[in-house]
Amino acid sequence: MKKGSASYEFIKGLWKDNPVLVMLLGMCPTLAVSNSAINGIAMGLAVIFVLVMSSLIISAIRKLIPSEVRIPSFIVVIATFVTMTDLFFKAKYPDISKALGPFIPLIIVNCIILARQEAFASKNSVGLSLVDALGMGLGFTWVLFLLGTIREILGFGTWFGHRVLGSWFHPLIVMILPPGAFITLGVLVGLKNLIKKES
Amino acid sequence: MKLEFKMIAVLTAIALASGGILAYTYVSAIDSIEKNKEEAKKKAVTMVLPGVQEYKEVEIDKHTFYFIGEKDGEVIGYAVLTEGSGFQGMIKLMVGFDRDVTKITGLEILENVETPGLGNRITEDWFKEQFKDRMPQLCVVKGRKPENEHEIMAITGATISSRAVTKIVNQAYEKLKKALGGEE
Repeated sequence: MKKGSASYEFIKGLWKDNPVLVMLLGMCPTLAVSNSAINGIAMGLAVIFVLVMSSLIISAIRKLIPSEVRIPSFIVVIATFVTMTDLFFKAKYPDISKALGPFIPLIIVNCIILARQEAFASKNSVGLSLVDALGMGLGFTWVLFLLGTIREILGFGTWFGHRVLGSWFHPLIVMILPPGAFITLGVLVGLKNLIKKES
Repeated sequence: MKLEFKMIAVLTAIALASGGILAYTYVSAIDSIEKNKEEAKKKAVTMVLPGVQEYKEVEIDKHTFYFIGEKDGEVIGYAVLTEGSGFQGMIKLMVGFDRDVTKITGLEILENVETPGLGNRITEDWFKEQFKDRMPQLCVVKGRKPENEHEIMAITGATISSRAVTKIVNQAYEKLKKALGGEE
């Protein structure tokens, strides 16, 4: 696969340039909400949505923005988009909005979104930016899901809220607390590097 | 000179467009949002005052209201809607008391932005159920089971959020007592 082809730009976010495991971006939401599998997926989906929409808009207007003011421009576009989504869900789907409420501030501080605008959407066509955003978003989502799965099983003994380990299992509370997030992420990043080295 | 002008023009245009879009979204969404809030409030009242048929809303202060719940024309209890600061932002909750304000009949969390998976668990039933039949002043214990009717068990890893909810409930009680006392 060649750099610049749609399939390359999609696949790279999943593994080679994974935003969490390789670029170590978006650490705040990664560490904060990866304490259960369902939270990981919810956060991932919300980020995919905002990332794709922001990339579309930024890549469409990329030629109009002077590079000196690109960062404030990106931030205003992203913040506008997140706020709009928030208002829309509040008005139309109050139940989803109640569940998503605590994720909203974490999406705004997710630097993956800003990083993709800066590194990719501001330099590439709308189509490629869309593919890049999807790949990066999915890459973020699967790592959060894996982190959430490991931490939920070890920390609560459950998976998606269902008990998977018997009553003999004594939950390791540390796994659902911040140290558990750092430890699990460290192990995963280490594994990723090990696999990369061997191949 | 030309670059400076372009920078100003582009940023202004983006900010204006953003402001315009947000204002439009807000105006077209606000009615539904208010309606949803009203419905959520109604639902919360019926949750914290089991069996309530009608209720009257009374304002205590800008952020605190209480509802007189009635069933078959008789007062069965009071629900207090109030808010206070949690770990990250405001927690808005409703707590119900029985007719003589001697025990809590229920607790509902309406709005919160606590950390998902940790502080956010204040919305889980086992935590809210703890408040039932208890009486302020309540306090939070951690690492052991509650021993008397004033103790609430903290959520693991979210002591601050647990304390915040307990504090807001205590304040709600104080405010209701004061408001009712002034009425008699």
